[in-house]
Amino acid sequence: MLMLEKRPQPSRAFAYLTPLLAVLATMIAGGLMFAALGKDPIEAIRTIFWDPLFGEFSFYYRPQLLVKGAPLVLIAIGLSLGFKAGIWNIGAEGQYIVGAICGAGTGLAFYPMESWIIFPLMILAGAIGGMLWAMIPAILKVKFGTNEILVSLMLVYVAEQLLASMSLGLLKNPEGFGFPGSRNLQQYASAHNADIIEGSGMHWGVAFAFIAVIFAYILLNRHMLGYAIRLTGEAPRAARFAGINPARLILFCLGASGALAGLAGLFEVSGPAGQISIDFNTGYGFTAIIVAFLGRLHPVGILLAGLLMALTYIGGEIAQGSLGLPGAAIQMFQGMLLFFLLAVDVLTNYRLRFSQKGAA
Amino acid sequence: MDLSAINPALLLASLMVAATPILLAAIGELVTEKSGVLNLGVEGMMITGAICGFAATIETGSPAIGFVAAAVGGALLSLLFAFLTQFALANQVASGLALTLFGLGLSSLLGQDYVGLKPPSTPQLDIPILSDLPVLGQILFRHDMMVYFALALVAAVWAALKFTRVGLILRAVGESHDAAHALGYKVVRIRVLAIMFGGACAGLGGAYISLIRVPQWTEGMTAGAGWIALALVVFASWKPWRVLLGAYLFGGVTVLQLNLQAAGLAIPVEYLSMSPYLITILVLVIMSSDRSKAPASLGRIFHASQ
Repeated sequence: MLMLEKRPQPSRAFAYLTPLLAVLATMIAGGLMFAALGKDPIEAIRTIFWDPLFGEFSFYYRPQLLVKGAPLVLIAIGLSLGFKAGIWNIGAEGQYIVGAICGAGTGLAFYPMESWIIFPLMILAGAIGGMLWAMIPAILKVKFGTNEILVSLMLVYVAEQLLASMSLGLLKNPEGFGFPGSRNLQQYASAHNADIIEGSGMHWGVAFAFIAVIFAYILLNRHMLGYAIRLTGEAPRAARFAGINPARLILFCLGASGALAGLAGLFEVSGPAGQISIDFNTGYGFTAIIVAFLGRLHPVGILLAGLLMALTYIGGEIAQGSLGLPGAAIQMFQGMLLFFLLAVDVLTNYRLRFSQKGAA
Repeated sequence: MDLSAINPALLLASLMVAATPILLAAIGELVTEKSGVLNLGVEGMMITGAICGFAATIETGSPAIGFVAAAVGGALLSLLFAFLTQFALANQVASGLALTLFGLGLSSLLGQDYVGLKPPSTPQLDIPILSDLPVLGQILFRHDMMVYFALALVAAVWAALKFTRVGLILRAVGESHDAAHALGYKVVRIRVLAIMFGGACAGLGGAYISLIRVPQWTEGMTAGAGWIALALVVFASWKPWRVLLGAYLFGGVTVLQLNLQAAGLAIPVEYLSMSPYLITILVLVIMSSDRSKAPASLGRIFHASQ
């Protein structure tokens, strides 16, 4: 009979291998799903993973990779800090929305003044908005021991209602002929998150995502706080004996992930999305959870995972157009990826063994 | 604003209907958590149950078959979670989230062809004398079968946990899986069964939304009901009757805010729609000071080394 045997030490080889195995398994299972939907599986997989990078129109899709990848990486980096320490912020979607509202609101407050200071102020407002929204579960957890998973998630639904209220009320475009949604920030130069290099997809959010990766790497590997995060996750009792203050850690991890999610929201609303509208958010906050795990909670891994996930978004859109693949199939495809990842991850900590009969 | 338009008897009657989906999902999750497993995938299992039940009802014309299909669908999806956490020893929080994300995708894929259809209505119970009682009849005795089924399920779970051997074993596994294992109980098998029970109940709850409460299929229609059910289990301190109390409380809040929206209260609709979620948070804060009632092995991974 097949048995699991705990490894004395987690396998390094499998730590690198499992994400690749998971992607491979997802491609196979996804292919089967596409076949079941009556599409050619090979062509579907090629459309999703190959065409955006090397296909005929790749010059258009490659910049999109950065545009879609940046918010995922930004949010996932923040989430990974908490996940490492066993602090589960799964309400990034809400922080993303609130960051966008605060940032866009700040920008619109200055309309139609033009000044270089407006965009930096918006960035600040976005980060603070996201951070404050994440501080609600953090403070409730520290003060009352309330479960941060449920509170942060409930706040997503609250944020969605807030977004609806804002786009129909306070932030509604006065010249919008009564349609819901704010002024388009792309047409307001001082507040527009434009490409740094024209046509490269490289907007300020992409720059911030790279900076976040570097900072997270330094924090986790070279800084006392990062050490405290890792220790708390791996040996909570030892961390307490070492005098690590759990309350401070909770506030930091949730605050940082909220700020990053808020930034992602701001860069999205002032750039690719352009305006606050009822459904400008597209679920990046939830997909980022998959990205964080796929990147094994490691900054560089998250960078790669974010790009891969962006690829499935773009490829999924292409497949939707050219093959008629339903959009939900891509969502399921991404969910599958997390499943396979969690399933094969067992090989990092355990090895498979054939047990002799009667030995157990 | 016209508060007199709100009829208290109708309000109470619709409260029972509004509470039933979260009641079903929460009582299932309670059993799962009693066995020491934290399944955060309730939302995913509910929405899968919602579409399975809806599709089966449309295809066969029978809501009864629909509810059975919903329970089977929810239980099958929960098997994925059981495999991840019990055999692949994956983190339960992450696996639960995966289940929710996957379930949301799966349900919208399955539901593509069912948008905008209307299911056959579920017959309401008509008990000769009781249903005709003046006010009470309207409040208590003119609902569909599922309302009473949910109540019976709460009673059954309570009795099973308190008085039966099965309940004792389930609680033992949840309190200390190592001790239960040493006594010779099959920890993994019991937990898998508890997870499937939770999945089936969540599926029923989801189908209740798509078949009776709304009744229609739209993507993401459970809108956080699964998460509220999870909060309810904490609120109830893992006690079945308090799950019932909590569910009716939340049902009451939901119905009341809908009625206030209709009555044209000065507060904007969006802020009223936030209220169930805000009250969930408030309740969690009040209840979370006492964590002593949680099963001791909740969320811990069990691996029998030898």
